[in-house]
Amino acid sequence: MTQQEIRVKGTVQGVGFRPTVYRLALECQLHGEVSNDCDGVLIRLSGMDVKIKEFLNRLNTEAPPLAKIESITHAVIEHAWDYRDFSIRASTHSAGRTDIAADAASCAQCLLEINDPNNRRYLYPFTNCTHCGPRLSIVNAIPYDRCHTSMHDFKLCAACEAEYRNPLDRRFHAQPTACHACGPRIFLSPSSLPTHIDPIQRTQSILDVIQQALVDGKIVAIKGLGGFHLCCDASNHASVEQLRQRKHRYAKPLALMTHDTAAIRAYCQISEQEEQYLRSPAAPIVLLNRQAQVDVNFPVLSTAIAPGSHLIGFMLAYTPLHHLICQRFGKALVMTSANLSGEPQITDDEEALEKLAKTSSNKAAIADLVLYHDRPIANRIDDSVVRCHTFGVQVLRRARGYAPRSIALHNSFQNADRILAYGAELKSTFCLIKQGGAILSQHQGDLEDVKTCDDYEKNLALFKILFEFSPTHLACDLHPEYISSKLAHAEAHSKNLHLLGIQHHHAHIASAMAENGLSRTHPKVLGIAFDGLGYGDNGELWGGEFLLADFCESHRVARLQPVALPGAAQAMLQPWRNTYAQIRNSMSWTEFRERYGTTKIAQFFEQQSLATVDRMLQAQVNCPLASSAGRLFDAVAAALDIHPDKVQFEGQAAITLESLVDQNYLTQLLRVDSTERCYQFEIQSDPTTQLYKLKYELSAAPMWPSLLDDLNQQHSQTQIATRFHAALIQAVLKTVDLLRTQYPFNDVVLSGGCMQNEVLSNALQNAIQERGLACITHHLVPANDGGIALGQAVIAAARTIKKIDIGHNE
Amino acid sequence: LAHGGGGKAMRDLIDDVFIDAFSNSSLNTLEDQARFQLSDLAQYGDRLAMTTDSYVIDPIFFPGGDIGKLAICGTVNDLAVGGAKPLYLTCAMIIEEGMQVSTLRQIVQSMADTAKAAGVLIVTGDTKVVERGSCDKIFINTAGIGVINKDYQLGVHKAQAHDRILVNGYLGDHGAAILNARGDMHLSSPIESDCAPLHELIAVLLKAAPNTRFIRDATRGGIASVLNEIADASKCGIEILETETPIRNEVKGFCEILGLDPLYLANEGKLVAVVPEAETAAALAAMRAHPLGRDAADIGCVLEDGRAGRVHMQTSFGGKRIVDMLVGEQLPRIC
Ligand SMILES: [Fe+3]
Ligand SMILES: [Mg+2]
Ligand SMILES: [Zn+2]
Ligand SMILES: [Zn+2]
Repeated sequence: MTQQEIRVKGTVQGVGFRPTVYRLALECQLHGEVSNDCDGVLIRLSGMDVKIKEFLNRLNTEAPPLAKIESITHAVIEHAWDYRDFSIRASTHSAGRTDIAADAASCAQCLLEINDPNNRRYLYPFTNCTHCGPRLSIVNAIPYDRCHTSMHDFKLCAACEAEYRNPLDRRFHAQPTACHACGPRIFLSPSSLPTHIDPIQRTQSILDVIQQALVDGKIVAIKGLGGFHLCCDASNHASVEQLRQRKHRYAKPLALMTHDTAAIRAYCQISEQEEQYLRSPAAPIVLLNRQAQVDVNFPVLSTAIAPGSHLIGFMLAYTPLHHLICQRFGKALVMTSANLSGEPQITDDEEALEKLAKTSSNKAAIADLVLYHDRPIANRIDDSVVRCHTFGVQVLRRARGYAPRSIALHNSFQNADRILAYGAELKSTFCLIKQGGAILSQHQGDLEDVKTCDDYEKNLALFKILFEFSPTHLACDLHPEYISSKLAHAEAHSKNLHLLGIQHHHAHIASAMAENGLSRTHPKVLGIAFDGLGYGDNGELWGGEFLLADFCESHRVARLQPVALPGAAQAMLQPWRNTYAQIRNSMSWTEFRERYGTTKIAQFFEQQSLATVDRMLQAQVNCPLASSAGRLFDAVAAALDIHPDKVQFEGQAAITLESLVDQNYLTQLLRVDSTERCYQFEIQSDPTTQLYKLKYELSAAPMWPSLLDDLNQQHSQTQIATRFHAALIQAVLKTVDLLRTQYPFNDVVLSGGCMQNEVLSNALQNAIQERGLACITHHLVPANDGGIALGQAVIAAARTIKKIDIGHNE
Repeated sequence: LAHGGGGKAMRDLIDDVFIDAFSNSSLNTLEDQARFQLSDLAQYGDRLAMTTDSYVIDPIFFPGGDIGKLAICGTVNDLAVGGAKPLYLTCAMIIEEGMQVSTLRQIVQSMADTAKAAGVLIVTGDTKVVERGSCDKIFINTAGIGVINKDYQLGVHKAQAHDRILVNGYLGDHGAAILNARGDMHLSSPIESDCAPLHELIAVLLKAAPNTRFIRDATRGGIASVLNEIADASKCGIEILETETPIRNEVKGFCEILGLDPLYLANEGKLVAVVPEAETAAALAAMRAHPLGRDAADIGCVLEDGRAGRVHMQTSFGGKRIVDMLVGEQLPRIC
């Protein structure tokens, strides 16, 4: 007989962990008890040694699907316990660290139930269990009990109560559990259903109406897990076009949903890894390569789904309601967040009915039908987006299914605590560091929008409650106009807290270092941060930077040559402005007119207010210099006649440019012995800006005459786009080689929104690894500004710990 | 003009320019200070208002005005927005050597004309000529005294829920005109500065809406800065509507090319008034009857449940965009 006390840490509460422990203990004939507490799960076992060993083995392999075990520690207890059986003890609660689980897609067992006419949950749209269902989207407070969730008004019926109380049931302490008799219901607006009918019949008739509406090409708003979606038949071009018009979303790709991968395979290639992600409990939107040939048994998708992109975003149905709708419809559905342009996804029923379903005198309603329900969405959570690259997975938007899972930091951060980072602006998130772990919020969105900003503050307050968190140190971006920075300043001022300003690109690099588990004292890496724009530590606008960095500090050793942004923010919306600035930086206007006057871009320039732009450049009126990689991509894209006049969202032109690249041709160009014509960047050493201790500056100026020659000679967009990518890749690699002769780094870290470009990232990774260097990039956290908060948090952590260390030494 | 103009000839020349233009009984005595009868002042109200501002602008002559006119209007407006009747101004100039006497005359004449039109007297002044490069052509400081009517109690902290936000016309004209004049931006249609003294307009506005909470001229930082100051001081939220905010198409087009937000462009003849809902109609009607308020508009309101200190604009698409106080210049935020 031995006795052991076992401590399990990680995401182990609200995921059916204790019932699993209970079942295993019974099966292993062990006595003792299991309880939840502030640090996770505590198990006490008494029984035969071999049985305890068996128990521990099985605990690892049979842990419930939503559990994420961070550590299991066990200690032998000498004094005798007196357990006669095994029991689940009530939760104790005190301050500590546990994780709130993320929302999870319906599990296989629940899906069987809703499709089984003999099951009492047949067609029940809110079926869930401890292995699946809503979590963060319904929680208002801790501890995670039904009374602190959106389910508090729904009293369990006797049948559900029995399951809830039975440790051997899948629904033991499943807080959101419900059924037709006691749980939330769906409603349709407008509706003509009789009021008193059998709940199954009622659901059936609502589903029939939805089904018919979708077949008829109607647009239906559907309340999902973390917000409303707008839904229509993805193969009905007129419907898709109408949806775009009504939503004023003219260009951004639309996500699609089906209930099984077969329907996805008809349109897209799915790798094993992609299938794994599609089917994972997080059930994100996965960006997939289109099939060269659409399966003839499936209807052709509307060309308006993802214009200009070789990728389509698909997700699998993730709630019973989605499953019921998708199963019936059978074909791919557009499932795009329901919002007015610029605003966050709608979560509230009344707002949905008001904003989506109301017709005004001059405008049709956005949705023809609204399907809503009476389980409130406590927290807005957008769909997550991932992309599986050849070099690994990247999360492009981290929200439903991932947040608020904690991101494990290296042990050396274990003393990091009570740090709150406010993130960036356009793809804002915030990040808490508590007891050595990092909790990154779900994607919040553009803070300039009032509702998004309100949500950001509301979520920040909620996370403070959920994680019993009150910060002593705040971190924010150096950009003085970021609303997140202003919030941080105000909070630091009013609560008298330490505030650390963190340079944008240092934060990008640090976020990649942190999620890859690098130690706090890891030697300096070479960070390559390519993005649209960030505030540099000299007050300039940066975006194509080579930083020598560790967690505490960074300094810039190389950059892209800064080029003017004529009209500043306007240059992000109108790519031609960047093309114009780049060309003016490369050659005289007379030369351009003489040699390239007949190109399409030259003719495009003729129609713009060039005289004014010239004067702006000369007088330096709102034409800040920026060393931005993103703007260079825009400039090249516009030169190729890709959205020269206006982009609808940041990165639109760059994504189209990437889509054009011919991978084989690229490989050919990148070969050392290549004799193919390639564009050249000039790498200037000791640029004139001695001031910043820069070693190198990469100038695209020499590329432009070659690129324009190619345009004159009618070379294809694909050829030019590929040559540009090759030239940029080669210039970056050459810079890495030059820097290696001066600095002793062993790791190269890639971050920033431009590193979501697979062509660029993939080629850099391969070449960097071939050089015997480690190449570190993003997998869990977005390379774009969604990852900035994590970077800020870990830099603030490293700096404060270092300060304490130094303090102790003195 | 030559530097070190302390010499007799130089002094005489300058005195000549000023006395000619500003001639009035108080100035003509050439004492070291201007003197006022308290009883004369008391007839206008119960409180003195005093303000000062320095004017530095490039270029010094621009469509719709010049630095002289600006120096008078600015100080008159700063007095008037407090509910005061502007009465007396001082004028101090720092002139870069080499300025043509004729240029100076032109500026001084413009000041005199504007002061006359605004019904204020320039009662004392000073002039220095400094070395080339020590200043840019000419800097003017004016200070002013006015008297506040005992019925008016304006304050930036007084905005209340449901109050309306009024402006007296098209916004951003001055800022756009200056930028255009400075850079010669090749605009197809010219934009003129709105530089004007607003005391009369304010007088009729306050008469029509005596419970007006607050008035401010939307100069540097534009209407956005004024609204933020009100929201901050009154601890309220403010909403303005893009569709109701008067901005000329020329200014919109200009801002679009330059990538600037007209809400942050300076005005020199535009005011923002916070008026109780019940007096809004009267206030608008009164302003619209005055030439400087012809295009007056009700652009938004103080929110009942708005967040303290936050200003937002309801866009024509239906979204709500935060219009924040700028820490520095307009800088792109997009990554
Ligand atoms: Fe960035
Ligand atoms: Mg002033
Ligand atoms: Zn389940
Ligand atoms: Zn039930």
